[in-house]
Parts: sequence; C-alpha cells; structure tokens
Amino acid sequence: MVSEKVIKNLLKASSVIILLIFAGMAYSMIKGAIPAFKEFGVFGFIFSTDWNPTDGKESYGAMPFIAGTVITSLLALIICFPLAFSTSLFISEYYRKTRIASVLSTLVDLLAGVPSIVYGLWGFYTIRPLIAELGYSGQGYGIFTSGLILAIMIIPYATSISNEIISMVPTELKEAAYSLGATRMEVIFSVIIPGARSGLVAGYILALGRALGETMAVTMLIGNANIIPTGLFSPGNTMASVIANQFGEADGLKLSSLIAIGLLLFAVTAIVNAIGKVIIRKYA
Amino acid sequence: MNDKLLHIQNPVLSIIDLSISYGEDKYAVKDVSADVKKNAITAIMGPSGCGKSTLLRAINRMHELYPNIHTKGEIKLNDQSIYDMSTTKLRRKIGMVFQRPNPFPTMSIYENVIAGYDLNGSKLKKSEKDEIVESSLTDVGLLEEVKDSLNKKGNFLSGGQQQRLCIARTLAFKPDVILMDEPTSALDPLSTAKIEDLLVELKEHYSIILVTHNMSQAARISDNAMFMYLGELVEYDKTKKMFTNPKDSRTEGYLTGKFG
Amino acid sequence: MERKAIIDENDNSNWRELKNKLFFGTVVVLSTLTISPIILIIYELLVKGLKQINFDFFFKVAPDTLQAMTAVRNGEIIPGGIANGITGTLLMVVVASVIAIPISLIIGIFLYENQGKRYANLIRSLTDILQGVPSVVLGLIAYIWIVKGVTKGFSALAGSVALAIMMLPLIIRSTEETMKMIPISIKEAGAALGVPYHKIILKVMIPSGFSGLMTGILLSISRILGETAPLMLTTLGSTTINFDITKPTSAVPLQIWEFYNNPNMIDLVWSSSLFLMAFVLTLNIIAKRISMKFS
Repeated sequence: MVSEKVIKNLLKASSVIILLIFAGMAYSMIKGAIPAFKEFGVFGFIFSTDWNPTDGKESYGAMPFIAGTVITSLLALIICFPLAFSTSLFISEYYRKTRIASVLSTLVDLLAGVPSIVYGLWGFYTIRPLIAELGYSGQGYGIFTSGLILAIMIIPYATSISNEIISMVPTELKEAAYSLGATRMEVIFSVIIPGARSGLVAGYILALGRALGETMAVTMLIGNANIIPTGLFSPGNTMASVIANQFGEADGLKLSSLIAIGLLLFAVTAIVNAIGKVIIRKYA
Repeated sequence: MNDKLLHIQNPVLSIIDLSISYGEDKYAVKDVSADVKKNAITAIMGPSGCGKSTLLRAINRMHELYPNIHTKGEIKLNDQSIYDMSTTKLRRKIGMVFQRPNPFPTMSIYENVIAGYDLNGSKLKKSEKDEIVESSLTDVGLLEEVKDSLNKKGNFLSGGQQQRLCIARTLAFKPDVILMDEPTSALDPLSTAKIEDLLVELKEHYSIILVTHNMSQAARISDNAMFMYLGELVEYDKTKKMFTNPKDSRTEGYLTGKFG
Repeated sequence: MERKAIIDENDNSNWRELKNKLFFGTVVVLSTLTISPIILIIYELLVKGLKQINFDFFFKVAPDTLQAMTAVRNGEIIPGGIANGITGTLLMVVVASVIAIPISLIIGIFLYENQGKRYANLIRSLTDILQGVPSVVLGLIAYIWIVKGVTKGFSALAGSVALAIMMLPLIIRSTEETMKMIPISIKEAGAALGVPYHKIILKVMIPSGFSGLMTGILLSISRILGETAPLMLTTLGSTTINFDITKPTSAVPLQIWEFYNNPNMIDLVWSSSLFLMAFVLTLNIIAKRISMKFS
C-alpha cells in the first residue's frame, strides 16, 4: 500500500515544476538578451530610441516601445474607466439582482471571450476607417485607435472585480445615508465608492496589466512605426506588437534585442499584476 | 376597533388607513390608522413578523428603495402629507436610527455627525458645522468621551457609543420625529440603559417612535404604546393603561407571555 | 437645547434631484455603449462570414492566391477552406492538453492540501504571476526552448508548449477552487472508512469535483483557441494538413492572420473568424452550464 507520505511528497515535487518554469523563463530570456545588453549596455538599451536593422550599423533600443506601451495602456485605462464603472453600477447597484442585469453581465463576459485577432479585425475594418474619415489620422492607424480597442478589451476584467466589490457594501450603510436624505447618486459617491475604493483600484490595476501585454489587436492598429509616438493619433509600436511585427526572420542582435524587450515586458506585467493582487488580498 | 385606538389632539404624525404589501397580495401591514403624540415616546410592540418595522419604515418612505413593496394610504406630518414633499426634504424632518449601529466607516466622528448636511450639499461655515457637531454630541452625552478624537474614525467606539453617534447624526437635523427601529437590541444592558435614559431626555424636544421587541423597555420609557399582531394594529393606548388593563385578548396574551 | 433650522427651505433639493437623474441617465447610456461592441462584432461576423461557410470550408485546405483572386474577380465564393487550420489547432490543443492537464490537476490538488503554508502560498503567487504573462512572451520562451532547442525549426510542438504554459495557471486555480468547494465531510467520510489517502483523492474527491474540474479545463481550452501571437513565433503556419508535431503547422487564428494579410482572401477572414468565435463561445456556454449544474 502506498503510504500517505509518499503521495504528499509527490504532490510537493510536482509543484516544483512551477519553480522550474519560472527559473527557466528567467534564465532563457536573460541569456537571450545578454548579447543586446552587452552591445548597448542595459540602460543604453532601455533608453535608446534607435531601431536600425541595417547590416553593419545595427542599433536597437527599447524606448519607443516602452513609450508606446505606456501611452496606449494608460489611454485604454482612461477610456475604459467611465464605461466599466457605469456598467458595474448598473449591474451591482441600480439593477442589482434583476434579469436585465444578468443579461448585461453575460454580454460583458462575452467581451472577454472575443479572441484578440477578431478585435483587431473589427478595429481594422470598422473603427479605423471611421478615425480616418474624421480626419484625425491618414489611414486611421495610431495610438488612439489601438487604445480604444484595448479599452474595450479590458472592460470585462475591470467590471468583474468592481461588480463584486460594489455588491459587498453593506445595505445598512446605504440605508443610513438614504435616511439622512441623500439621493441615490449621493449614496453612491459618499458611501459606496469610499467603501469599495481599494477593490476598485485593484480591479483597474489588473485591467492595466492585461492591457500591457495585449498583442494582436494592437499590432493590427498601431501602425508599426518604431518611433516614440508624437501625438494622440501618431503611429507607434508597443513592446508586445514590435515582437510580433519584427520577429519575422530576426536573428543575431535583432533577435537578442527582441528577447530583451520580451524580458522587460515580462518584468513590467509581473510587477503590475503583483501589485493588483496584493491590494486585493489586503483590502478586499 | 376604533374604541381601542387612542385619540390625540394636534398629533405630530397621522397615519391613515395604511396598508403595505410585498408583491401583489402579501400584506405585512393592514389598514393601520393612528395619531402620534408630539414630544412623547410612542412604542410599537408585537411579536416577530407583526409588521412593526414595516410600519415604521413607511413613515420616512424607506420602502421606495425597494420596488416590490407597495404602500397604500396616507401619512401626514404636521398636517402635511409626506407624499407632498421630496424624500430628501422629508428625511430631514423625520430621522431614523437603525437596529445595528451603522456609522459611516470611512468618515471621522466629526464627519459622521455632520454627514446629513454634507450629503445634502449644504454650504455651512466651519463655525456653524462645529456648533452643530458639538451640540449634537452633547445632546447624546458623547462629547466628553470623544472630544479629543473627533477627527478619528469611529471604529474604536463601543457598540453603545456608536449607536449614540448615530443618534447624534440624526439629531443634527433637529428633526420633528425620530424613528427608532429596535435601537438597543444589539447592545449590552448597560448601554441599553444609557440610551433609554437619553430617549427620555430627548422627548422634551423631539417626538420619538420606538419599535421594540422588548416589552419591558416599552413599559419603562414609552408614554403611548401600539400593539401590532399579524399586520393589524390591535390596540393603541397610554402605556400604563395598556399594560395594566389591556382591552384586547390578543394584547393580553402577548403581555402575559402566552405567545411572542 | 435650542431649535435652529439651519437647512434653508429654499434649498437645492431640486438641483440635487436633477443631478441624480442625469447621473442615472449617464450610467445607462455608458452601459449600453459598453456592450455595443459585442453586438456589433457578432453582427458583422454573421453578415460577412456566413456566406463563405460551406462543406468545403471544413474539409479543404486554403486556396492559393491565384485561385482566390480568380474567384473574387468572378464574384464567386472563394474555393477551399480552413481544414489545415482546423487540424492544426486540434493537434496543438490535444498536445497542449496532454502536457498541461495532468500536471495542473496535481499541482492544484497540492495547493488545496496545503492551505496557508508558506511554500504553497509562494507557488500560488507564482501561478498568479504566470497567468499575467503576455502570451507573446510565452511564445518567445517556446521559441527559445523548442524551436531553437528541440525541433531545430518551427514546429507544432513549440506551439503546443506555449499553449500548455498558458493553460497551467487557469487549470491549477480552478482545480484548487473546485476542491475547496467540496464539503470536507466527504473527505472525512472516506478517511473514516480507512480508505488510503491517494484513493480518497482519486476515487472520492476528483469524482465529486468532476464538473468543476471540467469547467476549468474547458475554459482554459477556449482561452487558448484564439491565441495568435505565440503561434506566430513558434509554429509559423503551413499550407497543408499536417500531423507531425516536429514540423510547422497551421492553426485557425494563424490562418485568419494570413488571410488578413492577403487582399484576395478577405472573405475567408470573416468566415474563419465566425467559426473561431462560434467555437469559443460554445465552449464557454458549455463550461458555464456544467458549472451551474455543479453549484
């Protein structure tokens, strides 16, 4: 008969795989990035705005993509916030526990099920021509277009957490505010939001984490320009989209640079997600 | 039925043929009519599920927050229908204290007391606010205990202190009527006694309607008492009279502990 | 105690009521706006994609550019279909599942059995972080490990490995949560009957939690079905049906990407997207049904 101890040790041993994966990922990426870091220096690479694949004059840097990532993700968060917050209020406060709220909730969940490439297609064929027609950008590519689609993609992540947090605010606090003559909107701003604040923040941080790593939709809409974006409608690239766009037949120093960018992306998303999870664990 | 109801001159509140139902036909309160005396404590007693809290919450129109609750009938505050004014105005004249103390956890003690004004968007000067906070806290006997911690959040206060804070929050509006929904049932006997003493003091300037499941509390501090059973107002009389000589057999049954 | 009415009777109640109504209106408008993309997307997929779906769609491989161009010029439906993509996706999902499911179940059970312990918490946190790693980064990893390291060239195996790493955190967490929801009395009943530990897990716990586990697995599969970026870096694509995992393979999202880049294949873009979404949504609905039956 197999003893309990053996099984327990087997379970523990299997968990080591997670450690191995992480260690392996870190090792492979760092090893792959070293040629680039050696050539340009770690800080040199991070802050350089070059992206020149010409033989003999190769020079690569991550700054345009870091800028592109930060700008599109923040833009996405700004656009997402009023939409996601209104939806959460609709589902968890105004129409709580009604049929229409669960219909809406299901539709929002569907948003999360749409594959990234389909968002890219829809953005490409529907939104992009609109932006171009409005005269904001030649062909409709750019930071704004990709930020807009990104915002739609991260809404379900923000709403699922805020729905839960908002519905956890105790009824008696809301009734106390009503009994003092507050209108519904006043109850929302004076009792619900302060009470749910940390949960809301965590939800949006996690949505941000999702936006940072999004690849396909951004690749198809951002215009594939290896420059620091110059304006709201200028083209650019993010860390994720440059990897997808430039991977093609990348080799040698170029490949190493792309891996270095992948390493940076990994670090940034890991940190942002960790912060979000810590806030949730501590306060919600 | 009418001879079992109390007649009051110049009542502060008049309830006329009030019926409240959940959904279409589950009646929690049936055809209740009663006048409430000014500057007195009126208790509403009865066994669980008799409709006393439902009746109380109709007076400041709390039921309007819940769409499946239907109210019929009339309630008048100082001869003006409560339905003729907005709920925001109404709830400044009729305040409510709840069963479990519910100070706002993200606000300081000071902010809690003045919360009614802040929520209503009043622009008061700091000196006016200070005065309101101070006088409300004094009226509930809490000022000495918290005057050095006004800017702290109230979670270090005991249950009884928190409830007094909630009463202070209600008093800040100087309402005509204060509705109290079993305000001491979550508190220990010492805090309960303190609050009962407070209510007796407060009735000099306020009209208090007190729902209680504790008939000795009603006997101790109320002037008039309503006895409700299965949604009906069975008897309404001066407290002393009802307790010593109840007119209805159901009232007697409840008071002697035959059910409840 | 003086009675002072500080609240003015000429107060701002009406303005506040107006603000209240406006705010509510804004919330409703924005909520409607939020769900409009999904309605628009599904509508567009149906309108543009249905016409290209026929028998061939599922069983023939993608046509070459010339065939497509001729068909479009003649106003006909483009011949061929996405059979190579469907088989490729199937192959990689199966291989990824074989890699990921057993190990994730075991780790999930490990986490369940070790609630509150520091080492387990570390593993759980790392799993959460793994869940947040962008799929394109996982594609890079699989490229380094498999394309460069094992198969010396783009391959279905590399794609499967990337997808498997994506599935791990989802199944691990759902396994742990499912196990936690099983009443502890069931476990204790088994122990009280003297059942050995591993049998309790295999014969009592796992069957009890079967639907919850199934839900987690189905959801993780639906998650990886639509992934494109990691496959671009690992399996590249192929014009033929291929079952050799050491060779490049096609996949439905990859084919969508290829069609998108080819102006003659636009119609196929919509039909394959429609197919992909229908598949993903169906899996999600099945998973939800199972989980509702469970709770």
